[in-house]
Amino acid sequence: MSTNTAYYIPHKATWPVIGTAGLVTMLAGFANYLNGSSIGPALMVVGLLIFITMLVGWFTLQATESETGMYNHEVGISYRHGMMWFIFSEIVFFAVFFGTLWYTRNLSVPWLGGGATKELLWPAFDATWPTNGPGKVGGDFEPMGAWGLPFLNTLILLTSGVTCTWAHHGLLANNRDQLIKGLIATVALGFLFVSFQAFEYHEAYTEMGLTLGSGVYGSTFFMLTGFHGFHVCVGAIILSVVLFRSARGHFKPENHFAFEAAAWYWHFVDVVWLGLFIFVYLL
Amino acid sequence: MSAVVDEHDHHADDHHDHGPAKGLLRWITTTNHKDIGTLYLLFALAMFFVGGAMAMVIRAELFEPGLQFVDPAFFNSMTTMHALVMVFGAVMPAFVGLANWQIPLMIGAADMALPRMNNMSFWMLVAGVLLLASTLFMEGGAPNGGWTLYPPLVLQPITVGKALPFAIFSVHLLGISSIMGAINIIATIFNMRAPSMKLMDMPLFVWTWLITAFLLIAVMPVFAGAVTMLLTDKFFHTSFFNAAGGGDPVLYEHIFWFFGHPEVYIMILPTFGVASTIIPVFARKPLFGYASMVWATGSIAFLSFIVWAHHMFTVGLPLAGELYFMYATMIIAVPTGVKVFNWTATMWKGAMTFETPMLFSIAFVVLFTMGGFTGLMMSIAPSDFQYHDTYFIVAHFHYTLVPASVFILMAAGYFWLPKWTGHMYNEKIGQLHFWISVVSVNVLFFPQHFLGLAGMPRRIPDYAVQFADWNMISSVGGFIFGVSQLLFLYIVIDTIRGGTGEKVSDEVWEDAAKHSLEWTLPSPLPYHTWTTPPTVVPTEHVLDSH
Repeated sequence: MSTNTAYYIPHKATWPVIGTAGLVTMLAGFANYLNGSSIGPALMVVGLLIFITMLVGWFTLQATESETGMYNHEVGISYRHGMMWFIFSEIVFFAVFFGTLWYTRNLSVPWLGGGATKELLWPAFDATWPTNGPGKVGGDFEPMGAWGLPFLNTLILLTSGVTCTWAHHGLLANNRDQLIKGLIATVALGFLFVSFQAFEYHEAYTEMGLTLGSGVYGSTFFMLTGFHGFHVCVGAIILSVVLFRSARGHFKPENHFAFEAAAWYWHFVDVVWLGLFIFVYLL
Repeated sequence: MSAVVDEHDHHADDHHDHGPAKGLLRWITTTNHKDIGTLYLLFALAMFFVGGAMAMVIRAELFEPGLQFVDPAFFNSMTTMHALVMVFGAVMPAFVGLANWQIPLMIGAADMALPRMNNMSFWMLVAGVLLLASTLFMEGGAPNGGWTLYPPLVLQPITVGKALPFAIFSVHLLGISSIMGAINIIATIFNMRAPSMKLMDMPLFVWTWLITAFLLIAVMPVFAGAVTMLLTDKFFHTSFFNAAGGGDPVLYEHIFWFFGHPEVYIMILPTFGVASTIIPVFARKPLFGYASMVWATGSIAFLSFIVWAHHMFTVGLPLAGELYFMYATMIIAVPTGVKVFNWTATMWKGAMTFETPMLFSIAFVVLFTMGGFTGLMMSIAPSDFQYHDTYFIVAHFHYTLVPASVFILMAAGYFWLPKWTGHMYNEKIGQLHFWISVVSVNVLFFPQHFLGLAGMPRRIPDYAVQFADWNMISSVGGFIFGVSQLLFLYIVIDTIRGGTGEKVSDEVWEDAAKHSLEWTLPSPLPYHTWTTPPTVVPTEHVLDSH
């Protein structure tokens, strides 16, 4: 389908500056909101709308250009580099929070509960995990177990990885029916995962006394699972777009970068969850 | 790779001119690597003067003991903002600007690999700096806890005011900008090279930027994560850095410096690349030890990830940690030494001439080595207990940043501006700029070594009277250095507007085309270059020696 033999370099771009304006408006709004200013939420909404407009506009443009054959093989390689290193930066971002969990459990909590710190400052503090610290910040709480919803969510996400690959096989074999069914299953499982996680959070806040403010256990638990949940949402939205495009007949067995990128992202989100299940829930 | 077109013929609204669009929209919507490079460089130059003005406030206040001009909180805002503006607004964007201009030219590519994202990286940078600058006008003033944003200092209401969330979101935007820029550079270098150019044929500037781009992708998310935890600790009741909740403020220092140490190499590795480009041209010899330069750059980048806690020797690390980080840090002197000796060997018996870019480059080799040696002194943990948080540290890192990174940025301006614009700069004023700068920068920073060794703490608006003399000398040097940079501004504007009126040749500098591809193109450079990639690439620069 690629009719362009040359590397396509767009002439001018309006979406980047629009997207930047949206993002900075949103963040300025959020900062104002945190400072207690009343214009904050309105700014956030305006910024978000601009940002969403950019996403729709820019991705529509890319899809159109791709389907009309303007990208040659080398453009595809550049896009793959872009996605690969973007995912790498996301891995590093998650590594910061995993590292925080490791440091807290293996260094800072034992230091608080041992030696002179214990004798002089916190004689009553017993350095065990989970903990909300010697100050019992956030009050009594019950830690989240691994074998209920979290285990179910593990199975859901692993299954969604399989259905995603199944859809990919369908695309490669030009079996559009399998492609679309596989994608529907993947998106549905993704949103099911998020719903279960929302239910889990609700339980934590209402029944278990476990909140973001429950000392360092609550902080690491909600930040790690929360950022992951956000990434699942983003991944599911990306896959929904891919599904929408598939239904409109986009993608060819030999040329479907958007599908690949979405699948890579989904598998990345999947692997992060396995890390979470082991280090946050199990151990 | 096949030939490259800059526009497509699928839409009727496409006009087929090859020049830039007209008016302001050209600069807002541009996807051209030269336009974006220009935007980055001009923005960085503007921020250099903004950050410089803040430094002038600092030196004015420190001219004499006692409180003269500003109140202490504002002074602390100035030290914090000076650092953030210079690092994220001036030095890093300036090197990204050079990368945008030079990498496609040097590897024979028509443009950057991802032109739309290139545009977005620049505007994200502007947005981030605007958010940061807006804090100057807020209740409570700009952030004043130091550029490292250590908790619990920056989380205390009295030191924060309303600035903290703006500063944090600014860091997020600057991080996104840097990561997008880095991804673009990696994709460009791997995917857009002229087919005949192997990795080990690439000019060293391209190599150093490739490695720097990896550093950026690996550490900007770390900084983003650290400040995100500051934000939640401040506004959402988390306890990451709160001991009562089981957290630890030292954890922030670990995460920050895991970002921060590679970050300082992000500012110095492209510096090495430019120096390795300029020195061979004016020594009229190939770069000595090309391959060892590449490997030394890679080694320095690797080591930057495993030495971070040498910024934290006095925080109460376990003894094993002090020892490990001390020895690991010392190892950095080996690849850095390889580089310094290679530059020296490149000049050895060369037919040298001393035009302004070469003068700045030679000054860089000498003065950066001094900054390196003080770094070696501080790597010795027991000695660092004396130096820590004193003006000795300030002197050290300013030697590695000002007469190193900033001098090399100036050198790059003098070196490439004639190529870009087709106009020659005024050599006399250039040399005047160099000599005033190189003398005043030493008057400015050298006495700070003495102040630090005598025990003067950094980030303090007032000091004991025994520090008065050297502070006054340092301030005088600072004012002269600051004012003399207006000469550079004049030269840049003058050169863009026609310079000496002399039409430069395509090579500009004698035999420069032997060293790198950009000198084989016409001067001034056309708006689009390498729409068909070059078939032959120069290999002079990869020869190890005569």
